[in-house]
Amino acid sequence: MKTLTREETRAVAELARLQLSDAELDTIGAELGQILEHMEALAEVDTEGVEPMTHAVPMSIRPRSDEVEASLSAGRAVGAAPDAEDDFFRVPRVIESRGEESS
Amino acid sequence: MAEWEAVIGLEVHVQLATASKLFSGSSTDFGSEPNALTDPTVLGLPGALPALNGRALELAIQLGAAVGSSIRRRSRFARKHYFYPDLPKGYQISQYDQPLCEGGAVELRGSGEARTVRLRRIHMEEDAGKSIHGARGHSLVDLNRAGVPLCEIVSEPDIRSGDEAAEFMRALRQLVRYLGVSGGDMEKGQLRCDANVSVRPAGSERYGTRTELKNINSFRFVKQAIENEIGRQTRILEGGGTIVQETRLWDADAGVSHPMRSKEEAEDYRYFPDPDLPPLEVSDEFLARVEGSLPELPAARFDRLVRDYGLSEDDARTLTQERTLADYFDRAVSAYAESSTKAASGAKALANWIQSELLRELGREGRDAASAPVSPESLAGLVRLIDDGTISGKIAKDVFAKMYASGEPAEAIVEREGLRQITDQGEIEAIAREVVEANPGQVEAYRGGKHKMLGFFVGQVMKRTGGKANPKAVNEILTRLLDAPG
Amino acid sequence: MSDLAFAGVAAQADKVRRKDVSARELTELYLARAEAHSELGAYLHLEPEGALTRAGAIDRALAEGGDPGPLAGVPIALKDILVTEGMTTTAGSKILDGWVPPYDGTAVERLRRAGAVILGKLNMDEFAMGSSGENSSRAVCKNPWDPQRVPGGSSGGSAAAVAAGLCAASLGTDTGGSIRQPASFCGIVGLRPTYGRVSRYGVVAFASSFDQVGPLARTTEDAALLLETIAGPDPRDATSIDAPVPRYRDALNGGAKGLTIGIPDEFSAEHLGTGFDPEVERAVDEARRVLEREGAAVRSISLPHSRYALPTYYLLAPAEASSNLARYDGVRYGRRDAEPGAGLGAVYGETRGRNFGPEVKRRIMLGTYALRSGYYDAYYLKAQKVRSLIARDFARAFEDVDLVLSPTAPTPAFPIGSRADSPLDMYMADVLTLSCNLAGLPGISVPCGFTQNGLPIGMQMLAPALGEETLLRAASAYERASGIAGARPPEVFHG
Repeated sequence: MKTLTREETRAVAELARLQLSDAELDTIGAELGQILEHMEALAEVDTEGVEPMTHAVPMSIRPRSDEVEASLSAGRAVGAAPDAEDDFFRVPRVIESRGEESS
Repeated sequence: MAEWEAVIGLEVHVQLATASKLFSGSSTDFGSEPNALTDPTVLGLPGALPALNGRALELAIQLGAAVGSSIRRRSRFARKHYFYPDLPKGYQISQYDQPLCEGGAVELRGSGEARTVRLRRIHMEEDAGKSIHGARGHSLVDLNRAGVPLCEIVSEPDIRSGDEAAEFMRALRQLVRYLGVSGGDMEKGQLRCDANVSVRPAGSERYGTRTELKNINSFRFVKQAIENEIGRQTRILEGGGTIVQETRLWDADAGVSHPMRSKEEAEDYRYFPDPDLPPLEVSDEFLARVEGSLPELPAARFDRLVRDYGLSEDDARTLTQERTLADYFDRAVSAYAESSTKAASGAKALANWIQSELLRELGREGRDAASAPVSPESLAGLVRLIDDGTISGKIAKDVFAKMYASGEPAEAIVEREGLRQITDQGEIEAIAREVVEANPGQVEAYRGGKHKMLGFFVGQVMKRTGGKANPKAVNEILTRLLDAPG
Repeated sequence: MSDLAFAGVAAQADKVRRKDVSARELTELYLARAEAHSELGAYLHLEPEGALTRAGAIDRALAEGGDPGPLAGVPIALKDILVTEGMTTTAGSKILDGWVPPYDGTAVERLRRAGAVILGKLNMDEFAMGSSGENSSRAVCKNPWDPQRVPGGSSGGSAAAVAAGLCAASLGTDTGGSIRQPASFCGIVGLRPTYGRVSRYGVVAFASSFDQVGPLARTTEDAALLLETIAGPDPRDATSIDAPVPRYRDALNGGAKGLTIGIPDEFSAEHLGTGFDPEVERAVDEARRVLEREGAAVRSISLPHSRYALPTYYLLAPAEASSNLARYDGVRYGRRDAEPGAGLGAVYGETRGRNFGPEVKRRIMLGTYALRSGYYDAYYLKAQKVRSLIARDFARAFEDVDLVLSPTAPTPAFPIGSRADSPLDMYMADVLTLSCNLAGLPGISVPCGFTQNGLPIGMQMLAPALGEETLLRAASAYERASGIAGARPPEVFHG
C-alpha cells in the first residue's frame, strides 16, 4: 500500500503551515497514501480533448459598479483579532520580507 | 576586458484609479487611519466573497488598448497562495494562465534614440495590506490597501540600462496619467517596480542568470538600483564568479540590495482558477466602446505639435508631459485661432508663454495646469493683444502677473489700468520732439556719431509715456528726427 | 404544545399571523425543547435573548397591523457555517472559537427580512468536512431516532434539530451531500438547490465550486417556502445565478403524472464499490412503485462515469478547501496559539496545527498535495476534466428523463464511532450524493420508510439545473401518496 514518506508529508505540511507531530505526520502520510491510491483510478479515464470544469454552472462575471460602501469601523475590523495595538493587527515581527509579489 | 551587456525586464504595478476596491465596496482613499477602510471581503472574513469592480476592468482594458495589447475576450482570475500577515485570505486574487491583456509595447522617446520595449502581459490583481515593522518584536498590520485594484505590467527583457528602465517608468507614468487610469504617483505607491536583471557578454544571444530586485519605490531608485545590480553582477562575472538566481531587496537608504530568497527557497504558490469568480468575458461592443473613448496618446500628441505648429521637439516634449498641460495648450491655441489667421505663430507664442511664465507660476505653487488661474482662453487673449499691438511684450508680462493673481482676462486689466500701447504716430512724434528739444547736448553727441545715444532718447520717451508707446514706432520716429539735419 | 413544535413552517406562520399563537410563545416553546434535548447535541449555540426580542418585535408589528413577512415569527435554526451578525459562528471548529461576525450572510439576511426568528446555531462536522456529524470540535450530535447512531453529516445538527422538533426548520449546506444525507438519516426532507441558486455570501467556505445552502424541513411544502425565501441572485456572490425565483410552493401540486424518472444502472454496489443495505434498496424500490402508481414513467439510464465521482470529488473539494482555509492564520479573528515569544512561523503552524481537527488537517494536506506545482496536472486538472465528463453524463441522461432516482445513502444511520478509523469508509457515505454536486445540480432527499430497527430511510431525486420545481413536484406527490412524511422520533431525552 502506498505511503508518503515522513519528509514528503512534512514538506506538504510546511506549505500548508500546519505544525504536525511526527506521529501525526506518519498517520496522515499513510492515510494520504491510501486515499491517493484510490484516486489513481482517475488515470484510466480518457480525458483527451475534454475541457476542465472549473465552475459548477456555466456563467461569466457580472461586474458591479464602482460605488463606495460604508466601511467597517477600525474598531470592528480589529475587534475580533487575537492581538491588536492602536487599531492595527499585531503579529510577531516579520523577519523575512514578504514572500510574494509578481508572478 | 570584456564588454558586458545588461538585460532588464520590469514588472510594474499600477494602482487603478477607482473609488472602491477591486472586489468589494470599501474606499481606496489614501492616508486614512489604520484599518478604517475595510469590509468583510477585504478582511478575508469567513464567508465573504469577491465581486469584481467594473470600473477597474474598464481601466485595465483602456491601459491594454493604449499600449496595443490584445485583449482576451475570455480571461480568468486565479488564486496565488502564500502566508503573510498583510495578505488576509492566505492567497492573492490575481490572473495567471489567462491574463486580460497580452503583448503590446511602450515606445521610449526620451532624449536619446527612440526604442520600443515590448510587453509580455498586463493582468489585474488585488493589492495586499501594509506591515509596519514596529518596536518590541512586533509587526503591525494595516489592511486599508488590501484589495486596492492593480494592474501588473510585465515587460519583455528589452531594456538595456538603468536609464532606459527609468525612462520606461516615466513613459508608463505619463501614459497612465493621460488615460486617467492611475494617479501614477510613486510616493503614494500607485506605481511600483520590480526588476529582473542579468548581465551577459555583449553580443551574446544567451541570457545570463537573473536576479529579481524588489522594493524600488521611486523614479530615482529605478536607475540607481538597476545600475547598482548591473555593477554587482559585472564585478562577480569579471572575478570569475557565478550569479546566484535569487530575489534581492533594494535598500534605498543604504543604496545597496540584499539577498532575500534563493530559487530553492521559492514559494510554491499553488495557483488555481478562483472558484469564486466565473470567467471574465469582454464583449466586442464593450471593447469597441473602451477603445473609442481613448484620448489622444502622448506620442501622437507630440507628433502633432511638431507637425502642425512647427514646435521644437523640446517644446513639444514639455507640453505633452502631462495631459492637463497639453490640453491647456490645445485649448489656448484653438481660442487664439478663432480670432486670428496666424494660428501657427500664435501657437509658438503660446508655447513660449506657457513654458516660461505659466509653468513657473504653477511650479511655484505646485499646481496643475487644469487648475491654473489663467484660463487657456485668457492666455490666448493676452497673446492676441501683443500681436495686434495693443500692448507691448514688456507690459504683457505685468499684465500676466495680474491675470494670474486675479483671474481676470487681459483685456479688462489693460482697459482698467490704461495700459493700451500708444501707436498714434502724431502723439509719439510730439513727445519725441519734446525730448529732442529738451536734450540738445545728447542730440549733438548723437549727431557727432554716438549712435548708441538712441537708447537714451527711447528711454526718455518711454518714461514720459509710462512705457506704453509702441517701441517700434518710437525707434522709427526718433531715428528720423535725430538723423534729420538740425 | 408539542404538536405545535411539529406543525411545520407554513402552518406556524399562518397561526402567528392569525394570532392563534404569538411569535413569543412559539419561540419559548422551541427554546424549552432545545434546552430539554440538550443531550442530543444538536445546537452549538442557543440565542434565547435575541430570539425572544425578535419574536416580541414581530408580535408588536402584527398587533400594529404590519406584515412581518411569509415566515412571520417562525423559529428557524442555522447550521453554524452560516455567518450571523452578532451571533457566534464557528463552523464547528476550535479555530473560530468565540468569533462574533460583524455581518449577516445573504441567506440569513433574507430569512430575517421574511420575519423568521433565529434560535441559534446548529452542530456540524468541522468546516462541513464529514459524513456523520462526528467531526464537530464540540459534543457529538446524536440521531434522534437512535442516540447510539450518527445523525449524518455534515449538517447533522440541522437534521437532528428538525427531526426532534427543536426548531421549525433549518438551513444547512450541501457540498457533497451534507444536506441530503443527514436528512435521510433523520427522516426529514433536505433540499440542495442548483449551484448558484442561493447566494454563498456569508457561508463559511469549504469547497467554493460545490457549496450550496438549502433547507432541511419536515415537509416538501416547508422546504419550498424556505427556498423561495433564500434563493435568488446576489451581487455579492459572482457565482449566483441571475434568474428569477419562482414561487416554489406552486409546484407542489403538479403530481407525478407525466414525469419520467431515470434509475441509473451504475448506482449499484458493484459499480461503486460499497455495500448497499438491502432494506434501503427495498424501500427505494417501493418508493419508485408508488411514483409509478402516481403516473410517473420509470426507465433505466446510464451515468457511465459514476464510479469516478468519489475520487474526483475528494481531489477537487480538498484542493479548494486547502485554499479556503488558508485564511485561518490567527491574525484577524479566531484563535491564536503559540508559545510566548514564538515567531510568526510558529504562530501559523501551531495555531493551525492545534486548532484544526484531524479530518480538516487531512483534507488540507490532500488539497495542498494536489495543487503543488508539478502535481497540478496529474491530480487537480485531471479531476476537473473527469468532472466535465460526469456533468456530461447527467446532461445526456436528462435528455431522456426529468429526474434521477436513487437511495440518498447506501445505508441508514450507522453507529457512532463505527467508521471513525477509516477515512475512505466514511467517504463512501457520500457516494450517491456527490455526483450531483460535481455537476452543480439540485437534489432532494425525501423520507421513504424505516428499517426494521426503526431507522429512517431516504430516497434521493436529482434534476437538471434550476429544476427545483420538478424535484418539489415529484417529492410532494410521493409525500402525499406514501403518507410517510412528518414521522416523529421518540422523545428519548424528554424529561
